[in-house]
Amino acid sequence: MTVADQVVASSATPPGPPRRVVRGESPAARGRRVAVVGLKYASLVVASLVMVVPLVVVLFTSLKTPEEARSTSPLTPPRDWFNLHNFSVAFVDGRMLQGFVNTTIILAVSVTGTVLIGSMTAYALDRFRFRGRAAVLGSFLLAALVPSVTTQVTTFQIINKLNLYDTRWSAIVLYVGTDIVSIYIFLQMIRAIPVALDEAARIDGAGAWTVYWRIILPNLKPAIATVVIVKGITVYNDFYIPFLYMPDKDLGTISTSLFRFKGPFGSSWEAISAGAILVMVPTLVVFLALQRYIYNGFAAGSVK
Amino acid sequence: MTSMTDLARQDGDAPSRGVRANPLTPWLFLCVPLGLLLVFTLVPVLSMVWYSFTNWDGLDPDVSFVGVKNYQTLLTRPALFQVFFVSLYYVAASFLQMALALYFATLLSFQTRLRNLFKGIIFFPYLVNGVAIGFIFLYVLQPGGTLDRIVALFGGGGRHLWVGDPGLVNWSLAGVSVWRYLGLNFVLFLGAIASIPGSLYEAAELDGANRWQQFRYIILPGIKPIVSLSFILALSGSLSVFEIPYIMTGGANGSKTFVIQTLDLAFKFDKVGLACACAVVLLLFILAMTWVQRRLVPEERVELS
Repeated sequence: MTVADQVVASSATPPGPPRRVVRGESPAARGRRVAVVGLKYASLVVASLVMVVPLVVVLFTSLKTPEEARSTSPLTPPRDWFNLHNFSVAFVDGRMLQGFVNTTIILAVSVTGTVLIGSMTAYALDRFRFRGRAAVLGSFLLAALVPSVTTQVTTFQIINKLNLYDTRWSAIVLYVGTDIVSIYIFLQMIRAIPVALDEAARIDGAGAWTVYWRIILPNLKPAIATVVIVKGITVYNDFYIPFLYMPDKDLGTISTSLFRFKGPFGSSWEAISAGAILVMVPTLVVFLALQRYIYNGFAAGSVK
Repeated sequence: MTSMTDLARQDGDAPSRGVRANPLTPWLFLCVPLGLLLVFTLVPVLSMVWYSFTNWDGLDPDVSFVGVKNYQTLLTRPALFQVFFVSLYYVAASFLQMALALYFATLLSFQTRLRNLFKGIIFFPYLVNGVAIGFIFLYVLQPGGTLDRIVALFGGGGRHLWVGDPGLVNWSLAGVSVWRYLGLNFVLFLGAIASIPGSLYEAAELDGANRWQQFRYIILPGIKPIVSLSFILALSGSLSVFEIPYIMTGGANGSKTFVIQTLDLAFKFDKVGLACACAVVLLLFILAMTWVQRRLVPEERVELS
């Protein structure tokens, strides 16, 4: 099934208001309705063009030769659709390959860490009653209100003192350690897992760790999927943390490697465009494959 | 969906949950998360407040207390204060963004051909890497570039310095930010509209309500909480704008935002004390916004699909 088929198939039953059934309407009313429908689709097409045209011109430019990019209009399609020279320039000279490797390592470790930290916190806070529980919950709640961009000035000093500056660990600990939204998503989901499951396991002699690992974690799968997707995309796209904490060129992530195109590639827009397209391809693939989860995930993550 | 506050409040509602095993067990699970919270959120916030009352330069081991001097500097030096006015462009843009998101979410809630295609197209920019977006629009907004050519197609003329002209730059950057963030608001609104029971529309149709009346009396009240929440988020977002202007102009041509200025003060000019005062002011602003939002939005939350 192609993407287009999926789009058509899944649009067969839209949620929300039902289609209006119109019987025996007058020609004037019919004309007005046709005009309204026309306006509706016109506005949708205009919005789609605004969204897509910038991406398309950059795709065009990435496939042009430098001379062609200079002499033709950005709106003109490339002469050779398979001119991949700019992509190899971006990959090798632009260190994008290195960027993908670093991003993959950081992403894998920090997403795994976030899932473990978030689910362990949720397990401890939801399944145990202990002195200080309300205080712990309250401090996570308070921390959720602090936007991390405001605290970078002093976080920098801490990363420095821990000797993590200019290592991949700086990004990893910050991604894992300051993600309150994931903890919150796990806290919500864990309430839906019946306590009877834990108790049955405990009667069979399972300890707290076994219950967490064998019962809680497997039952948290939907929450894990949400956190992996939202966190994965956030980490993949993050610019500021690697920019601030990992200035070493060998530690470039895709964002910082692409950002460094600014100097050496100056005005060679075909190479810069190829870099931008390279960064977007994985995002597009993930989006097409996981649309439904992505919509729901970002809805859950942004309304805390 | 329950909020964090609700989770805290529902403390005593499930007595069966309270497993009284070894009292140390929960702390074993919590020690790493709490350690991280302490080191990377609590300590930075507290030391930020402390340094905002000092003249620290970020390196010197000698730190001297200067009272509220940094705050005075911040409020009295026009050059430092001016960045607040840049936020106003983004505030204006967020009004446009909300209106567009609401419009398209409503349109696509009704039967539409290629609905999922349109939905995907409007949402996708939100997922795109910020650096890529910055470069894409630097290219599109070049003088004589894509945008100028499109303007020319419609009879407008000339080459514009979209990001070079101090009179245009903030409009351009705010426009890019609408392009980037529209999709998120749109999808949130779409989810909220989908959770309104279909029977309400049927009843309204029987009573002869037209589409506008359905929007005005069913959809709008139904999604009011999520709209006001998004609004507050967009407003505090306008104050902490950073990525787009930093990547595209580095803050040049009068496009410097509050966050860019704070980070420049700290890392370029070694005025950590003053930068901390800026960060504290921003934090207070955002906390105040969140407080207002919690007061405005009623207790019961919207159910998202």
